[in-house]
Amino acid sequence: MIEFRGVTKRFPDGTVAVHELDLVAEQGRITVFVGPSGCGKTTSVRMINRMIEPTSGELRVDGRDVLAGDPADLRRGIGYVIQQAGLFPHRTIVDNIATVPVLLGRGRREGRSRAMELMETVGLDPSMARRYPNQLSGGQQQRVGVARALAADPPVLLMDEPFSAVDPVVRENLQDELLRLQSELGKTIVFVTHDIDEAIKLGDKVAVFRVGGTLAQYDEPGVLLSRPVDEFVDTFVGRDRGYRGLGFLSSDTIPIGELPTVGLGDPVPEQGWHAVLDGERRPLGWIDGGHRPGGATVSEGDVVPGGSLYPVGSGSLRGALDAALSSPSGRGVAVDADGRVAGSISADDVLTALPDARRHDPAA
Amino acid sequence: MDWVFRNSGLVLELTGQHIVFSLVPVLIGLVLAVPLGWLANRTALGRSLTLNVAGFLYTLPSLALFVFLPPIIGTRILDPLNVIVALSVYVLALLVRTVADALDAVPETVVNSATAMGFRPGWRFLTVELPMAVPVILAGLRVAAVSSISLVTVGSVIGFGGLGKMFTEGFQREIPQQTISGIVLVLLLAVVVDGLLLLAGRTLTPWDRSARSRRTAGRAV
Ligand SMILES: Nc1ncnc2c1ncn2[C@@H]1O[C@H](COP(=O)(O)OP(=O)(O)OP(=O)(O)O)[C@@H](O)[C@H]1O
Ligand SMILES: [Mg+2]
Repeated sequence: MIEFRGVTKRFPDGTVAVHELDLVAEQGRITVFVGPSGCGKTTSVRMINRMIEPTSGELRVDGRDVLAGDPADLRRGIGYVIQQAGLFPHRTIVDNIATVPVLLGRGRREGRSRAMELMETVGLDPSMARRYPNQLSGGQQQRVGVARALAADPPVLLMDEPFSAVDPVVRENLQDELLRLQSELGKTIVFVTHDIDEAIKLGDKVAVFRVGGTLAQYDEPGVLLSRPVDEFVDTFVGRDRGYRGLGFLSSDTIPIGELPTVGLGDPVPEQGWHAVLDGERRPLGWIDGGHRPGGATVSEGDVVPGGSLYPVGSGSLRGALDAALSSPSGRGVAVDADGRVAGSISADDVLTALPDARRHDPAA
Repeated sequence: MDWVFRNSGLVLELTGQHIVFSLVPVLIGLVLAVPLGWLANRTALGRSLTLNVAGFLYTLPSLALFVFLPPIIGTRILDPLNVIVALSVYVLALLVRTVADALDAVPETVVNSATAMGFRPGWRFLTVELPMAVPVILAGLRVAAVSSISLVTVGSVIGFGGLGKMFTEGFQREIPQQTISGIVLVLLLAVVVDGLLLLAGRTLTPWDRSARSRRTAGRAV
């Protein structure tokens, strides 16, 4: 747990980067700091590992005042990942990752074997172990940065715009893996970004900062989308927040409807859209019976690609709505945990379920 | 070449002297330049002070230094120590700037991330900053070593040992082979030492080679 109590940072030139910050980053959760450039996100994070010292106020990490004791000891217990990864260019990947274990005196051998384990954990091919950082792509370097921060198994992880320098596809990938990792590791993570979508995707709680280093709103992402406290947050959260907010509402109450289906090789149906299934009842796409394509039986060439699939029981209203809207037939395909067809949903069902979902969700 | 073989005893002795006179100062200069270069980078004042003093020392004519040093450090006029001290000062003056620049060029993100991982300053300097400065320092070291090898010949003019003695004696005794052999041997020594340093650098910094090839590959595209 990380506690800011009235923390202020005034730089020698008079700039107040952080002003009277009160905030608790909860144990085992991802807390995201988001806000426009210069609003004090980096300064706040760097006060946690004492790279910057607060001017006033109190800052505790797991109950311990950061200003008490030796800064190097404090930092060895806090993983830190930055935008350019900050890897040591003169050390191999495996030695980069083993840095903190070696600093802690655990020996090079043990450090390296731990590093090899971690390469696997973060999805790096072990054959890269002996390479140098400049022989890796930006996304791979970022993975090394994460592995290095995790090497000594610190309870706290600070990440300052770790994924901003990689392309959108790689970034999304890294975000997904961070969430997967976190579900296994349960670290207390403070994650800085200026991308509100990233904040909403990753954060268990999101702190929106204003320029001047004050906290505008600190809430769960669903609340941020549905109830921004003021115009600044509203504008910052951006367009489509109503739609994006559906992502935080459970879709359990949506009724699953009928879905006309047809198998490959079956006769082409007389009329209407039918979902085409494979032998395992998994959806392949759609065929429009009224449009009467080529042959008398359904062949692979006749299949129109389907939209996104809606997983029953583990989806959100946003996922359900998207499944309906992206389907050529107007009905979304609902699938069970094994990917087999369970039925269909319509956009109307989603809208009908909305008031109920809002009532049941304490966040909204 | 004949002359060299006939006088191999003398040639070996002079070459040995030359190596000691030129390379011991390089070693001393390097050992002093590293902490001074580090100190110079601590503050702006320290930097300008160190670099100005170094710049001044570097412009002193070597001959003058050989002559004026004895009264200052209390040695006799032809004491070999004079050469060693004078050249150490030169090498130091040259390398202090190189070391300061090399350390200054280490990316701040790397230094910061080392600090954030819990390196204490001394250990960070030895294991991160200094190793990363090696390629630049080595380039300076090669210049220093070659200069030092050629400067030792100046010392020979006023009577110190080393291969330069072969020039002066060759002139005085009108044995052109001796003069020419001396010149060739000095050049050879410079080339060999330079090559060895280059090799040492390559071995010490395998990471820099991959960076270099990547840089050139990037340029070719
Ligand atoms: N060492 C410093 N001296 C003076 N002012 C500083 C210093 N470091 C940061 N600042 C100022 O403090 C404010 C907050 O900076 P900070 O780096 O924390 O912003 P940020 O939210 O991380 O911004 P960005 O999204 O651009 O990274 C800025 O106005 C910045 O100019
Ligand atoms: Mg920042």
